Amino acid sequence: MTPAERAATVAIWTVTAAVVLVLLAPLVVTVAVSFSASPVFNLPPPEWSLRWYQRTARLRELWPSVRLSVEIALLSTGISLVLGTLCAMAVARGDFPGKTAVATFMVSPLMMPGLVVGVAILQALREAGLRDAWLGLLIGHVVITLPYVTRTVLASLSLFDFTLIEAARTLGCSYPRSLLTVMVPVLAPAFLTSGLFAFLASMDNYPISIFLIDARNKTLPILMLQYLEENPDPTIAAISAGLILLTIVVLLVADRLVGLRRLAEF
Amino acid sequence: MSPTGRETALAGELALGRRRGRLRERVEPISLLALPGTLYLSVAFGVPLLLLLVRSVYGDGGLSVASYVRFFEDPFSWAVIWNTLKAALLTTLICLLAGYPAAFALARASGALQALLLTALILPLSVGVVVKAFAWTILLRSDGIVNRLLLLTGLTEAPVRLIFTQPGLILGAVNVFLPFMVLPIFAVVKLIDRSLLDAAATLGASPVHRFLHVTLPLTMPGVIAGVAFVFSMSVSMYVIPTLLMGDRFKTLSILIARSFLFMRDRAAGSTLAVVLLLIAVAVVVASAMLSRRHQHAR
Repeated sequence: MTPAERAATVAIWTVTAAVVLVLLAPLVVTVAVSFSASPVFNLPPPEWSLRWYQRTARLRELWPSVRLSVEIALLSTGISLVLGTLCAMAVARGDFPGKTAVATFMVSPLMMPGLVVGVAILQALREAGLRDAWLGLLIGHVVITLPYVTRTVLASLSLFDFTLIEAARTLGCSYPRSLLTVMVPVLAPAFLTSGLFAFLASMDNYPISIFLIDARNKTLPILMLQYLEENPDPTIAAISAGLILLTIVVLLVADRLVGLRRLAEF
Repeated sequence: MSPTGRETALAGELALGRRRGRLRERVEPISLLALPGTLYLSVAFGVPLLLLLVRSVYGDGGLSVASYVRFFEDPFSWAVIWNTLKAALLTTLICLLAGYPAAFALARASGALQALLLTALILPLSVGVVVKAFAWTILLRSDGIVNRLLLLTGLTEAPVRLIFTQPGLILGAVNVFLPFMVLPIFAVVKLIDRSLLDAAATLGASPVHRFLHVTLPLTMPGVIAGVAFVFSMSVSMYVIPTLLMGDRFKTLSILIARSFLFMRDRAAGSTLAVVLLLIAVAVVVASAMLSRRHQHAR
């Protein structure tokens, strides 16, 4: 190794160590604060306690909003998996004018400002006379989740060898059956990865949801930000720590199923 | 592509040309699978944005760009645009400077170390932005960990005010958006054929020359994707500045939220929304053009 290469290696690992520290710091802090006995955010806390976890049980609005968020996230992810996969198949296999435009359009919500998309959807819903918050949230969240699925499934399909389907058909398999038994297993990791990130994106969305909620239907991020602005105490840290724990469990399961490396191709 | 592959592709194109010539209207059935998704997104996303755009110039009094003229004549608007762009540019730059080396580390690491790095990237990606921004309000307090580190290392003598300041905002934003820079770059770095670098070295290229003429061009697609991602997300961030800066810091997003949610001023809000939308569209178009030009150059 030349001195220049050694210097580059040292620089790379120094920066990386700082990156890891910065990325994990907020999560560690949140978990630590959630076990603190003190109502102000002192670190390290004077005493440890579970009082903030006990308090979450008394937040009446919390559980309905968790339910709403999970409901919307699951449904929108499911709808996106169907619509996104169909679209990815058409783009990967079909031949029609404007194919690349369709592919770009399908992932474009990912890069458009959330607040603007939220306002636009709200105004369009009003125009159409639709005032149901739950349905509005679902419509908006499919827009959020669709790009994740289309992107990942399309990337996975472009590596898929379609002659395998032909082979299965030559061997006497019907077309739908050969898709189901040959293509779907190959795509399974893409479904899992993109479904996971779509779900998380929906659970986390603030800027689009804020325009689509009403007083009785508030998603979790909106409730949390509102709570933070009204009474900033570690209760929010306890909810957050719960979410972090849940995420770790989900990631562990995903790691067993497809491996962390696949997840990195979000 | 192998010669035979090219031949089949060519034959395919010829057949296609013939088919198109004869049966122009006929579309393969598989192409129709794109319809449900495209239709959905057109109705739920495309049309609403177009309506917003049309409404901002076409009001009760017919076609008028008066609101835009008023907006761009006001020096305050330019200050807001500058605030928005500056925060996004700084966030993107720092993410690139930190994320580029980290992507290489991720590609070189193996075993437990790689697992740790991947966890550090993916776990925060799956924790909500409200949670992370909230955590930074704790980290950045005058008696918070960042300040204690600064004091401990002797970088400062007295606690620095970080929360409700721009450096604090940028730090929080970098934390949230870093994975979106590292992962696309990692995706191309791991595909780099090391023998190319060895070949360059054998031919006498210095490490700096190798980096500038082999590694950097090969990683450009990842860099373009990462920069486009991070910039378009940070130019429209809302939760992070709300928690880390408060209302005093005026960005397009904060003013949009305020005019629609609190002031009920639809006209002003629409103008702001369209300006932000156009910035985002410009980023998408620029990144698409850059990556296309890059593909042609190769």
